Amino acid sequence: MLTEKPETHSCSGHAGESSPELTDEAAAQKLSMSRRNFMKHSAIVAGAAAAAACSAEDLEKFTTHRLREMTQPEVKALLKRLEADYKKKFKKDVDVRATPAAEGVKFGYALDLSRCIGCRRCVHACVKENNQSRPNPDGDRNNPIQWIKVLEMEKDKGIDLSDANPYYNPEEVPREGHFYMPVQCQQCENPPCVKVCPVQATWKEPDGIVVIDYEWCIGCRYCMVACPYGARRFNWAEPNLPADQVNTNTHVLGNRPRPKGVVEKCTFCIQRTRAGRYPACVEICPVGARKFGNMLDPKSEIRAVLESKRVFILKEDLNTQPKFFYFFGI
Amino acid sequence: MFQHFIQFVTGAASHALKGSRTYYTWVAFLLCLITYGAWGYAHQYQEGLILTGMRDQVMWGFYIGNFTFMVGVAAAAVVLVIPAYVYHWGPIYEIAIIGELLAISAIVMCLGFVAVDVGRPDRAFHLFPIIGSPNFPRSLLSWDVMVLNMYLILNVAIVSHLLYSAFFGRKPNNNFVVPLVLLSIPAAVSIHTVTAFLYSGLAGRPYWNASILAPRFLASAFCSGPAIILILLQILRKAFGLQIKNEAIWKIAELMAYAIALNLFFLVAEVFKEFYSDTHHLIHTQYLYFGVGEGRGLALYGWTSVVATVIALVLFLVPATRKNFFTLNVGCVLLYIGVYIEKGIGLVIPGLTPDTLGEIYAYTPTAHEVQVAAGIFGLGFLAFTVMIKIAIPVALGQLVYKGDGAGPVSSPDTNDAHGAHVGV
Repeated sequence: MLTEKPETHSCSGHAGESSPELTDEAAAQKLSMSRRNFMKHSAIVAGAAAAAACSAEDLEKFTTHRLREMTQPEVKALLKRLEADYKKKFKKDVDVRATPAAEGVKFGYALDLSRCIGCRRCVHACVKENNQSRPNPDGDRNNPIQWIKVLEMEKDKGIDLSDANPYYNPEEVPREGHFYMPVQCQQCENPPCVKVCPVQATWKEPDGIVVIDYEWCIGCRYCMVACPYGARRFNWAEPNLPADQVNTNTHVLGNRPRPKGVVEKCTFCIQRTRAGRYPACVEICPVGARKFGNMLDPKSEIRAVLESKRVFILKEDLNTQPKFFYFFGI
Repeated sequence: MFQHFIQFVTGAASHALKGSRTYYTWVAFLLCLITYGAWGYAHQYQEGLILTGMRDQVMWGFYIGNFTFMVGVAAAAVVLVIPAYVYHWGPIYEIAIIGELLAISAIVMCLGFVAVDVGRPDRAFHLFPIIGSPNFPRSLLSWDVMVLNMYLILNVAIVSHLLYSAFFGRKPNNNFVVPLVLLSIPAAVSIHTVTAFLYSGLAGRPYWNASILAPRFLASAFCSGPAIILILLQILRKAFGLQIKNEAIWKIAELMAYAIALNLFFLVAEVFKEFYSDTHHLIHTQYLYFGVGEGRGLALYGWTSVVATVIALVLFLVPATRKNFFTLNVGCVLLYIGVYIEKGIGLVIPGLTPDTLGEIYAYTPTAHEVQVAAGIFGLGFLAFTVMIKIAIPVALGQLVYKGDGAGPVSSPDTNDAHGAHVGV
């Protein structure tokens, strides 16, 4: 169990409620969805910029700032707008929260490479929990997203990324002579992705989680280029998230459904961990390879690992200072 | 004042609309290209960047490669003004104007390539101060946006002033122009340096994380930029009867030979370091020149670039081939190809392949990316064509405001602007 229970601040409004202007917005969106034809195509060529600049929706977006700079009422208004958008889109109530970081919390993660069997249950639990884009059955505009990548490596060669296989697919895991190394966002204390973002759309929260403002990201992908761990994913197409698979418990900086053209990544399940729960990957792991907790709490599980095991971090020479540690427990 | 401006614009516009059959054909061709590209972009705007060959492993590709190359062209075009001053090459203003117009067109293409590469062009304003939140000075991309726009404004200001003065038969105000021209030279160096730093600052990408990248960017820019200008000068002196001496062209070619040699020397320095130290970082260089695993498609381009550049060096170094316009032009084309590959796909793709976790995703641009890029090239070429069509006759004093006998200051009637005689 987690020893720390950060206080939960609920900032969400009423999911079902929608103001008149939101209805207009949705109507406009519906209209645009239904007219995917030649005319629409030509109209975009003719004057996309002019048309877009005039719509009320865009004007509203133009006047909002980054989430980080918003006042409490502005955050509440944004959450309300998002919830109304999701209600229209998925026909169900999605709870979008903006739970802030709790005092005296710095999250850390440790992964026992001796225990990991490469079953990828963490990968799929993460996809479900975090509303990632699912594979498209017909393969058209197929843009599946997974935040965790499990690498298969040979025991003979040790940890060697140049020889790692992320696409292993045997009948049974673990394969003889192999071990597995899951990689996800390392939540660096000195994150190169944050440094390079040209619009300050990504930053490190007080509890150490690196987050992305999906309403502010311009999709330049410079953060992905800068990340030494291949942790960030881009929405190359409109995410494919079937309504019946939406996780309705969401955080505005975490697992809420994302728009096309923005970057996303692991947030240590910010919607869960800030409410005192484990990340989905920790919870699902059948062999207990994944450890998580508050590094500032001397009684936490993560502190126990850090103090009793010899841990290492990936690409230590780059001075990114990950808060994601690996160790061989046995 | 405002009426003068109207007269200037009207005079220029009416001149841009008149031309030979060749001119019309060329402009029509470019308009087709732009429409073709815009159509492709409209499709991309709807569907997303999934239409490109880029994916999470190789998240930058053809667009950013073209952007990087064009920054070099923009930088070199203006720096060419220095030798033009130093060696007293004939009509100095004309050469300066050609360089600056080329720079403007190249920057237009740069901005175009960045614009089509972002996932949310509707949020581009986030990049700018006041209305957005530029991550300045931490993000090099933020720097790049700033210096590119400043450079664009600077060049537009210089060219407009020179042409505006010439159109009304006045002498340009040197107190205004000379400081700006001087400022544009370090600005040209800065745009390419910042673009190089954008790559070389990334510790997670060893292929780019080299201090030689910025010097190499400048060296290669001094190859590709002048290669375009040399050919342009020949075309323009035929088309407009511009008095450009052969000696000037040969002198540029000679200076280019040094730049090519320097560029190749930097390449050798990089290749030596990579192969001799033989670390895991070598794999990116191997990917470019030999291919790794399934991805071998780049090797052909890698070698084409090296071979083309070496042949160009020989052609520019030997006086006989340098002074022969056929071999000189062959050299220019080879050099253009060499640097286009080196600073484009040859820089971006190997830098990202294999990815940071060792995976090899063999990126190749899709037909869609080529289509959109063609549109941007069309836009840049059209901008250059129209600007040069107006600028050269104005600069040569062939296209001037003649007023109606009363001189340029008269005529309060706005309709008179149409009556302004434009001599060609």
